[in-house]
Amino acid sequence: MLEVKGLRKVYEGSGRRVEALRDLTFRLDAGELVCVVGPSGCGKTTLLKCVAGLLAPTEGSVTLDGVPVTGPRPGLAVVFQEYGRSLFPWMRVTENVELPLRQRKMPRDARRARVSEALDAVGLGDVGRAYPWELSGGMQQRVAIARALAYEPDVLLMDEPFAAVDAQTRADLEDLVRGLWRRRGMTVLFVTHDIDEAVYLGERVLVLSPSPTVVREEVVVELPAERDQLTTRADVRFTGLRSRVLGLIRDGGGAADQVSKAGRSGSGSDS
Amino acid sequence: MRRTGRVLRAAALALALPCLLVAVWWLASDSSTSFYAPPLRTILGRFDDTWTPDRLRDDVLPSVLRLLAGYAVAGVAGVGLGIVIGASRRTRAVCEPALEFLRAVPPPVLVPVIMLFAGIGDTMKITVIASGCVWPVLLNTAAGVRAVDEVAADTARSYGVTGPARLRHLVLPAASPQIFAGLRQALSIGVILMVISEMYASSSGLGFAVVEFQRSFAVPEMWTGILVLGLLGVALSVLFRIVERRALGWYHGSRGARRKAGGGGA
Repeated sequence: MLEVKGLRKVYEGSGRRVEALRDLTFRLDAGELVCVVGPSGCGKTTLLKCVAGLLAPTEGSVTLDGVPVTGPRPGLAVVFQEYGRSLFPWMRVTENVELPLRQRKMPRDARRARVSEALDAVGLGDVGRAYPWELSGGMQQRVAIARALAYEPDVLLMDEPFAAVDAQTRADLEDLVRGLWRRRGMTVLFVTHDIDEAVYLGERVLVLSPSPTVVREEVVVELPAERDQLTTRADVRFTGLRSRVLGLIRDGGGAADQVSKAGRSGSGSDS
Repeated sequence: MRRTGRVLRAAALALALPCLLVAVWWLASDSSTSFYAPPLRTILGRFDDTWTPDRLRDDVLPSVLRLLAGYAVAGVAGVGLGIVIGASRRTRAVCEPALEFLRAVPPPVLVPVIMLFAGIGDTMKITVIASGCVWPVLLNTAAGVRAVDEVAADTARSYGVTGPARLRHLVLPAASPQIFAGLRQALSIGVILMVISEMYASSSGLGFAVVEFQRSFAVPEMWTGILVLGLLGVALSVLFRIVERRALGWYHGSRGARRKAGGGGA
């Protein structure tokens, strides 16, 4: 499915070399929801851009269904953190959602149907005529999600999509994403810096190290598929998992060493 | 009702100073005996007789048509070249010094040069207007294209919006506030060049009429010509603002929304 192998990214500019990603290897099976969590500045956005084909890796490869990703491709949609800049302010909500479909030369009626279905799916069936900037932040991010849904991707990439909305909206959007994932069965790679969010949403959590970045640990989230903001977050398994991820991020190598000593397979301990 | 009240108040505010200036001019010149600065009363008295429908057709209309033609040429060329120059760092580096030079040349000095190549007809005048108007449009377009938001560009790319669609749906709308700023500057330059080009070898037009009145010592008529030019400028500016309001409705709206949100957020 989606396979990242030995991914390395070095930015070079004006005499400075910044190694954003050192060596990342992981794979996502079809229909999996995997969260990537790591300390700020560890290159999460760089990783996502490489997977999306927006950035060329310095070394290593990204393959999707066995085909190397060398540029943006259909079947792969991205939801960015900055919804206010990702939605075009000169287009109404429907036009924003419709634009990628127009580009695919989809017939008009099919396009319209797909757009209104996607807007309904995110609970925004009645704001199609509005401009994005007339909506609240949470609603704007819903529009961006609707645009990705209408594109009907096999793989959905989300880059800290809820970092800029308030807590209540954030909880609603998390449930929305999980619900959509379960109904539509697409593969989701969800990047976040929020450990609770990663554990709550994911089937697996990839924990990244600080820069230069490697995958420190893959944590399997053994929680029931049916999740709920109240009961799941109070579940001892949830709190146990979040403490473990927090430990991995906070104490860095130390915790990871302990974990590998305890017999778990820790990947990328070359630091 | 409140809306009407607001419009009326805005109109009153906008008109207050012009009315005051006219009143001052009227009073100060009322007892003037100077041949060159006759009373405003005399000037306005000659207005109707001077700007007859025939004269509007023979002088004002050709002027306006030349202006619009030159302005349109400058708009299309300026936006087109601005996109090319703004899109790539290399073309920008190559073109910028030459552009700075060309922009620094005051357009009126080009009139004699352009006359050599384009004669003294409409082509010359349209060329003069276009060659002066093109620079602000070009430079502003290039700056606007360069400043296209990175996230918006990534979004377009990841959804396969490339080539002509990218130009139409992303680059042009994103640069449009700057393009309009350039077009606004170009409009006032255009009016100036329209008059200047008609002061050289010409047989019609507003600039020609003003010079002609001056040479035949028809001083009040000359002053009426200047008033007509001023009114034309105001009319064009109002028209421009109406077009801009429609085209950039989203821009003013989104800026308003951001300000209301206290400058924070997206």
